[in-house]
Amino acid sequence: MIRQFGPSEAVFIIAAVRWTLLLSAIAFIGGGIAGLGVALARTAPPAWLRRAAAGYIQLFQGTPLLMQLFLVFFGSTMLGTGIDPLVAAAIALTLNAAAFLGEIWRGCIQAIPTGQWEAATALGLRHLPRMRYVVLPQAGKIAIAPTVGFLVLLVKSTSLASIIGFVELTRAGQIINNVTFRPFLVFGLVAVVYFVLCWPLSRLSQMLERRFGTVRR
Amino acid sequence: MNYVFQFGDVWAARWDLLWGSWLTIQLSASAMVLGLLVAVLCALGKTMGPKPVRWAVDCYIEAIRNTPFLVQIFLIFFGLPRAGIYMSSNQAALLAMVVNVGAYATEIVRAGIESIGRGQIEAGLALGMRPLQVFRYVVLFPALSTVYPALSSQFILLMLSSSVVSTISAQELTATANDLQARTFRSFEIYIVVTGIYLVLSLLFTGAFGAIYRGVFARPGARA
Repeated sequence: MIRQFGPSEAVFIIAAVRWTLLLSAIAFIGGGIAGLGVALARTAPPAWLRRAAAGYIQLFQGTPLLMQLFLVFFGSTMLGTGIDPLVAAAIALTLNAAAFLGEIWRGCIQAIPTGQWEAATALGLRHLPRMRYVVLPQAGKIAIAPTVGFLVLLVKSTSLASIIGFVELTRAGQIINNVTFRPFLVFGLVAVVYFVLCWPLSRLSQMLERRFGTVRR
Repeated sequence: MNYVFQFGDVWAARWDLLWGSWLTIQLSASAMVLGLLVAVLCALGKTMGPKPVRWAVDCYIEAIRNTPFLVQIFLIFFGLPRAGIYMSSNQAALLAMVVNVGAYATEIVRAGIESIGRGQIEAGLALGMRPLQVFRYVVLFPALSTVYPALSSQFILLMLSSSVVSTISAQELTATANDLQARTFRSFEIYIVVTGIYLVLSLLFTGAFGAIYRGVFARPGARA
């Protein structure tokens, strides 16, 4: 029995955006905290710490996010207790975001001119205070634009959670498409909702880049 | 944790996985070549074309870059047949990948084109070249050389995101893994191995892009 695509179907799809937003928020906050750790490790004095962070980044940037999702999802089953697709997706996206944000922020940290580092060292600051009071405040400013840009990527990435069965925007679209058989309408609507989320962020990122894009020497 | 790893089923399917990897390489490489073609044409349209063309290219780029790849695949695979265009899942996958990477690569190539000095273009025009000749002989090669690192990392992201086309049952590495998983239920072992294969593939592509760069852009006498 084919259902008509009516207002209630449209509302079902649009309402599912809250799960997309929730997942994005969890991954962004978790990934942000872990990513800061990765970026700091990537620029830390001990070579082994830098290598470990580089390995982490290579591992997560060199493999598909879908595989990372599968590994967390099926791996938890292996540990005995299966987990909720939301938890699995949140874990995988957090680990993934940490690698990407870590690499972005490493670039921002290294973009700070050597003079600033040397001046801080000359003032007697050790590595951590130097980071905290001299480098990070300046790096933070140039990090804003690419971070917002990454947020767009993250929101789009949450669509992959639909593949392990988490009902967010894309999965809601699939469910409605399976009963109404109106793919253009359904996935068109889904695409429009993503666009409404992502486009303002993209524009914001471009605007911020024009404003804060360059390091003042 | 009382789980015993059993890689026997994965080892038994090694030729299937190898074949799946080859399909992924083929699919990705085709999408890269066609995507670059789309990108060069769109970047040409965006930098030198008349206003309506520029506007159309802008719409294409914004639409693709602000929606997920997965939704684009569904629109192409489920949507186009309703419009009377029928494709196999692999053709739909290739089309989706080309459309997707074309938009990202257009912005990269455009940045390269805009980095070419005005004087170079004027010199070409002063030599009596037509605008398209200037584009072909003066602008394109150095522009691609400048943005080559950005382009190659975009292409590696494309290769990794190609695992998503398994959702429309296109045949490639992830689909092979999914079939194997459905037959043996050794999901964790299979996905660990396949993740490893993807890591090797991304290193392989990185190496290949380096070799291409040295062969095309960095050889002595290259116009750059």
